[in-house]
Amino acid sequence: MSEELLSVKNVSISFTQYVQGLNQHELKVISDLSLDVKKGEVVAILGSSGSGKSLLAHAILGILPENGTCEGDICYKNEVLTQQKKEAIRGKEICLIPQSVNFLDPLMKVKEQAIGDVKGEEREEALRKQREIFSKYGLAEEVDDLYPFELSGGMARKVLLSTALLSNPELVVADEPTPGLDEKSVKETIMDIKNLKEEGKGVLLITHDINVALEIADRIAIFYSGFVIEINKTENFADTGKLLHPYTKSLIEALPRNGFKLTEGVQPLEEVPGCVYYDNCPIKSDFCKENRPNLIKCGDAMIRCHNYDKEVK
Amino acid sequence: MIELSPIDPVKSYAAEMGASVQQIAALRSYWQVDVPTYQKLIDWLLDLLQLNLGVSLIYRIPVIKVIADKFTASAILMLTSWIISGVFGFSLGIIAGAKEGSWVDKIIKGYCYLLQSSPAFWIGLIIMMIFSVYLKWFPIGLAVPVGTLASDVTFFDWLYRLILPAFTLSIVGIASIALYTRDRLVNILNSDYFLFARARGESHWSIIKRHGIRNVLLPAITLQFMSFSELFGGAVLVEQIFSYPGIGQATVAAGLRSDVPLLLAIVLISTVFVFVGNTMADVLYKYVDPRMRGEDDE
Repeated sequence: MSEELLSVKNVSISFTQYVQGLNQHELKVISDLSLDVKKGEVVAILGSSGSGKSLLAHAILGILPENGTCEGDICYKNEVLTQQKKEAIRGKEICLIPQSVNFLDPLMKVKEQAIGDVKGEEREEALRKQREIFSKYGLAEEVDDLYPFELSGGMARKVLLSTALLSNPELVVADEPTPGLDEKSVKETIMDIKNLKEEGKGVLLITHDINVALEIADRIAIFYSGFVIEINKTENFADTGKLLHPYTKSLIEALPRNGFKLTEGVQPLEEVPGCVYYDNCPIKSDFCKENRPNLIKCGDAMIRCHNYDKEVK
Repeated sequence: MIELSPIDPVKSYAAEMGASVQQIAALRSYWQVDVPTYQKLIDWLLDLLQLNLGVSLIYRIPVIKVIADKFTASAILMLTSWIISGVFGFSLGIIAGAKEGSWVDKIIKGYCYLLQSSPAFWIGLIIMMIFSVYLKWFPIGLAVPVGTLASDVTFFDWLYRLILPAFTLSIVGIASIALYTRDRLVNILNSDYFLFARARGESHWSIIKRHGIRNVLLPAITLQFMSFSELFGGAVLVEQIFSYPGIGQATVAAGLRSDVPLLLAIVLISTVFVFVGNTMADVLYKYVDPRMRGEDDE
């Protein structure tokens, strides 16, 4: 159970942008991100929309845009993934479940997209496998010949899921699989991901839906302004006393069932020299302003805070 | 508009003949020059209903015959260059788009910008200078060798004379279609479904073949059919330069000598031509894009 599938070490992703003419500007989207996914484990990355979570998925698969650079190491089964290695195993051992039907070619039948570019005998075999996995997820035979625009929301989700799982990958990266779906489909998605876990696959779930994360993940990584500030077991999220970072605590307290306690403040967009949560933090000290905390181990959890174990009022 | 033109058809016709005053007066009444415009218009429309386009003033044969003659010549010229520019333009666009940012892309792009910004007649002149004047590979003009009757022209003679005008018209057409194709492909390369296809492990060229070309083809076909009108305009200039006796030359002649029946007929024909082009694009859509297909076709 504890075999490590994916381990991301100190990964930073940045983009080179042109601002005002020819001035290049380095835009850091993800800073110093570390996490790991074991076999039969679901790890969720929880962060607000548009904070760049998807880019981690793209970095793992080696499909970042050309002006994006990725520093740090991404290891798969204890082996550092180079771009060549990523290209070799993507779609085979690591698969992506994309967000929406927009990720399908509008002019191609779904079965053709699912099997990819294969010919001859291989094609027969691929079609048979595709039919098998489509049936497994309750897609009738008619669906094979449909075009993406003919799919309903729920069907599209199943098609994307089964397309990703066609090659029986060991690690599944699910990029926001739930938004825009009705409650029933969300429930189904949750079940499907739980089943993947039962089959011993590792799942990296990227989401902004805290309820989905709480329901399926074994561990949750909290993503704040480009940094992972805490990684904790999901069961600890039931009790704010067991949480470490003040942001995580306020996040949980803001849930309707926990009293709707609102914390003021926004995530900083500019890079700051010290702790990213400094402006909004209730337990900050002067030290936090200029010194960036590192992600450190605290029992089973990871925390990025100088003062989490001190009582500051 | 032609009514307002200062060119008097009778005078321009008579000037060549050196006709006397009486003859001119006879011509005036024969051609009904002094009949009011609305009357002419009504007459022409009534004739049109009977598929009678009248008689050309300069060629002295029914307009329909002139058009049939000239239009066939032009149609072949236009069709050849249309196909050549479509095929080459599309391929160049795909190559440039697939290799976006590389030197291949830059060369193709540069070439297209150059062509796009130079007028057709100028390119025609340059090509004529290079191939006919300096290299003497091709005749300078005329679809028929001097001193031969039109009926004696062999197929190869005619083909030989078609090459330069068709070539000119093609390379002018390539630029817009190639640039457009390239742009669309680059867009597709940044699309979500391209990303997912890559994530599924498909290779670059396989994705371009399977997803790129199919998605670019549709708008490219539209553009190519829309370009029928430009093609027509280009043909007029190119025919003039290479003295290729097509519809373009006839238009210029008709305009300069106030040959109203011929000019009107040409306008009519070109409208139909452009209209047919656009309709064909619409019909083809149905076969390329599954989204355009009705329920009953499936």
